[in-house]
Amino acid sequence: MTINEIQDELISDFELFDDWESKYEYIIDLGKEFPPLEEQFKTEENIIKGCQSRVWLNAYLDGELLKFEADSDAIIVRGLVSMLVKVLSGHTPEEIASANLYFMERVGLHQHLAQTRSNGLASMLKQMKTYGVAYQAKSFNAAS
Amino acid sequence: MSNNLDIASIRNDFPILNEIVNGKQLVYFDNAATTQKPHLVLDALSGYYEHYNANIHRGIHHLAEKATSAFEQSRRRLQTFLNAPLSEEIIFTYGTTDGINLVASSYGRTFLKAGDEVIISTMEHHSNIVPWQMLCEEKGCILKVIPINDEGELLMDEYEKLLTDRTKFVSVVHVSNSLGTINPVKEIIAKAHAVGAKVLLDGAQASSHLHLDVQDLDCDFYSLSLHKIYGPTGMGILYGKKELLDAMPPYRGGGEMIKEVTFEKTTYNELPYKFEAGTPNIADVVASKFALDYVDTLGKSNIAAHENMLLQYATEAVKEIEGLRIIGQAKEKVSVLSFVIDGIHHQDMGVLLDQQGIAVRTGHHCTQPLMRRFNITGTTRASFAVYNTTDEIDLLIQGLHKVKRMLG
Ligand SMILES: Cc1ncc(COP(=O)(O)O)c(C=O)c1O
Repeated sequence: MTINEIQDELISDFELFDDWESKYEYIIDLGKEFPPLEEQFKTEENIIKGCQSRVWLNAYLDGELLKFEADSDAIIVRGLVSMLVKVLSGHTPEEIASANLYFMERVGLHQHLAQTRSNGLASMLKQMKTYGVAYQAKSFNAAS
Repeated sequence: MSNNLDIASIRNDFPILNEIVNGKQLVYFDNAATTQKPHLVLDALSGYYEHYNANIHRGIHHLAEKATSAFEQSRRRLQTFLNAPLSEEIIFTYGTTDGINLVASSYGRTFLKAGDEVIISTMEHHSNIVPWQMLCEEKGCILKVIPINDEGELLMDEYEKLLTDRTKFVSVVHVSNSLGTINPVKEIIAKAHAVGAKVLLDGAQASSHLHLDVQDLDCDFYSLSLHKIYGPTGMGILYGKKELLDAMPPYRGGGEMIKEVTFEKTTYNELPYKFEAGTPNIADVVASKFALDYVDTLGKSNIAAHENMLLQYATEAVKEIEGLRIIGQAKEKVSVLSFVIDGIHHQDMGVLLDQQGIAVRTGHHCTQPLMRRFNITGTTRASFAVYNTTDEIDLLIQGLHKVKRMLG
């Protein structure tokens, strides 16, 4: 599935919820189900600076595809992180670098990407795209 | 409820309390971060801009005179608020942080030297840690820290042991923003003076809850922010004893703080203007007087009685929440209730309470060393002001139950 197809699927998942509680319960469940990042990747280097909760992001190339693993010590952030990973992980660096993330806005969770939330989510998204740009350059250099 | 105050009518003084947040009536329990502003203050702000906005001290036209007079009236109002002997001992600042930086920079760099010692405490806000660290680094001074007990009270025996003839400065928080602890500042000051050290009190939290008297305390400096006393943001004051302020060099250079400028040499203006370079925050200074008038109309002791009732009510009520631990159980406390709940991250708590229209503060509250002392990364903090009610605390308790159920 393309990045936008995954986003659209998430949007239709969220259409089932008609109040904030079921919406957040779903996010909490996503957070609980999301596999934890192995301890060896919870390094200073992989930590995303957020004020209240910590977020770790690990990126690696699997063939042509850029993959992400992530974690957080807060469960709601974990659920949100799992959605970002679901949408962006496993695509080419080009696709990731140029992706337009609209699903957070459409499901009414955009406030979590605001800087004031200080949960590192906005920084994480930025970092994912930076990885996309970086790996894009790398494969370009390798090819030439 | 409270014997002397009509809380329902007080609530009408604060338009923001009618806001609807996430479909619910706002419950505002983040008062230690900043309090809301009554009509009186809002009207003073717009009244200033609508009727007498002008730059002060220099102009001789009608508006400038009116603005200058209101500005200086605020200074005298703050003088009485702190019971300071002289109005020129009141320096307008941008807030508590700014006042502490002024003292660390101007007094510290002038009068402290390598090997001198500065004492702070474990429960300081970062704004009463970092300026002293910067000073100590620059001058080669030594920073010492008063430890606390598990209730969140300063260990006064340990404080005494830290005091030596090398102690030149003691800077402590009057009331802790994270714990609510009221520190025994009078004793701290007397002991510091006995070894010849000067004392600054960080009054950011104390000023809205306690009766203040800098002469009775005998503190050398007192720094506070008006936005925590129902007044405007970006405005505070530093009180300092005149003989110390006189001996200190200016902190910033510019207009207003000078007597005469030539390219060879500038002579400085007198107190308080020596420390007030540039056009000050006139509107907020003017409006701050009205915030203090508002507090006085209600009566500080009435406010304290109501807040203490709320604190007791909430402290009792949270006992029914399983796994909840209060951080900060000092005998002397203001209306701050900080807590952690087993297995729940404070950020999840903050997000889910916000969904229910309840504004609390979560995180380290700018006191990371204190959080480390308690072995936690942060707390959820509900802090109460005069317009809060026990009904709102009931909503918080319901909210906590819901959060526990959702995260359980
Ligand atoms: C104890 C304490 N000190 C200092 C400050 C800093 O105040 P301001 O940000 O108004 O300078 C605060 C406010 O958060 C505080 O609670």
